[in-house]
Amino acid sequence: MGALAQLTIARARDLLRAGDLTAEDLARSCIDAIESATPLNAFCASTPDRAIDMAREADRRIATGNAPKLCGIPVGVKDLFCTRGVSTQAASGILAGFVPEYESFITDRLWKAGAVMVGKTNMDEFAMGSSNQNSVYGPVISPWRRRGSTTPLVPGGSSGGSAAAVAANLCLAATGTDTGGSIRQPAAFSGITGVKPTYGRCSRWGIVAFASSLDQAGPLTKSVRDAAIMLETMAGHDSMDTTSAEIPTPEFESGLTGDIRGKTIGVPAEYRQDGMPDEIESLWETGADMLRDAGARVIRVSLPHTRFALPAYYVIAPAEASSNLARYDGVKYGYRARIEPGEGIVDMYAKTRAEGFGPEVRRRILIGTYVLSEGFYDAYYKRAQRVRTLIRKDFEAVFDAGVDAILTPTTPSAAFGIGEIPDDDPVRMYLNDVFTVTVNLAGLPGVSVPAGLDEDGLPLGLQVIGRPWDEAELLNVAYALERAAAFDAVPERWW
Amino acid sequence: MSIDRNVSRRVAHLARIAVPESELDSLSGELNRILAFMDVLGEADTEDVPAMTSVTPMDLKRRKDEVTDGNYSAKIMSNAPESREGFFVVPKVVE
Repeated sequence: MGALAQLTIARARDLLRAGDLTAEDLARSCIDAIESATPLNAFCASTPDRAIDMAREADRRIATGNAPKLCGIPVGVKDLFCTRGVSTQAASGILAGFVPEYESFITDRLWKAGAVMVGKTNMDEFAMGSSNQNSVYGPVISPWRRRGSTTPLVPGGSSGGSAAAVAANLCLAATGTDTGGSIRQPAAFSGITGVKPTYGRCSRWGIVAFASSLDQAGPLTKSVRDAAIMLETMAGHDSMDTTSAEIPTPEFESGLTGDIRGKTIGVPAEYRQDGMPDEIESLWETGADMLRDAGARVIRVSLPHTRFALPAYYVIAPAEASSNLARYDGVKYGYRARIEPGEGIVDMYAKTRAEGFGPEVRRRILIGTYVLSEGFYDAYYKRAQRVRTLIRKDFEAVFDAGVDAILTPTTPSAAFGIGEIPDDDPVRMYLNDVFTVTVNLAGLPGVSVPAGLDEDGLPLGLQVIGRPWDEAELLNVAYALERAAAFDAVPERWW
Repeated sequence: MSIDRNVSRRVAHLARIAVPESELDSLSGELNRILAFMDVLGEADTEDVPAMTSVTPMDLKRRKDEVTDGNYSAKIMSNAPESREGFFVVPKVVE
């Protein structure tokens, strides 16, 4: 039965519709796979009973012959999405015991489309991290290992549980969120596909907020086609999120032709970093060659403010986080610290937040508070917001010059080992996001496609960045890249 | 612009995060290292550049000012660490 969980959404859908597979068998296969994969720590809550109920209902719908594409497809849900009646903690101690009374807009759409929830996936606390080591549930371990080594590796983050779950065939797809690369970077580290849509494409309602002007939900899947299928259901206008765009969702899947003849692909000179490993550089060149061979015109472009992106991001995101996370005060939900006689409400707030938040979240709240505080607001926050305008203008100029999509590496390296980047060196961890944050700062759609292996046999991803609202074109370029790269490596099972 | 233990103490208070006196120096060091990384922003020419307020140009949406939601206080209270008779309970605020 384990083999069923290896299916793509597209293949499972066809088998389900043909009557060659039942949703219940498919769900059971995933449940078994999850149960036998505890060493990965990819799920922080599994929901087998609910999955079986949902799968049986999906089988009934499929039998009527009129089921949506996702009907009967088992998916994992990042712990950042509120799911009614199912623990939702954003992998934080401060939300201990929180069980939402409501469903996020996106998961509600998935369930209405017949998708089957197999559980909540582990993540970096409040989506802050690039390695999934900052979790109250402990780190997620990547299913991938370096050739000939048993060193545990990170799956990337913050959607590390979702990435590991999909890569290890514990579910067919998973939801993620991406504030600075949190879908694309773990997708690259885990050898799968991850899409961060245009800001406003997917409703943020019911998703625990990190940095509201940057957060966007998207899918992690085994193929570009699957990403297109998931995104069709996840996207769409929601009146509960004022930043949700009233723009119709195209049929992304039917737009996948792989025909990119005559398209112009930009390769930004500024993304060539000093000290970048040769294999990343050569993968990037290979990717450009593949798109050229598929009939695209590949040109060099310039995004001159790129070097300011990461520092601007690490001002803006913590600033927004310090505001968003002010709500965790031990009063309305979650953890409340014990106070001593004589201590008052301010002591309760301060102890609750000191004990409830993990070290990286505390660090970011403090940085965010500092850059917003009187006397520093202009020097840091306002300046970063101006730099953000410059970064968006860089992209606008390139797209206005006729570029259809931009090709870059997704990450500056392959996955690293658990604990390899010391806790007291946060900036080194932040550098993981160097190629992905620009996309969030500019509100653009981006996708990571697995494109090759490094010398240790670990997956590497290439990122395609698209024009705003043109996920259809973006996915088609990604599809052409996927076909040319023909990435078929899978992690050897050790768990 | 360097953060010393006094600034750290103030920021921790503003953020309502308890930081023991013994940890203020190491916190200052951490925050300074992160801020040093941001100093490069000073090299960007931002003169006459407007600060971004909305990443995708959009009009602020309006709707009728009417009640569309509510009347489920039990649901709201269901996750409260401490509640009584439909109210959140907190330590005494006013003497």
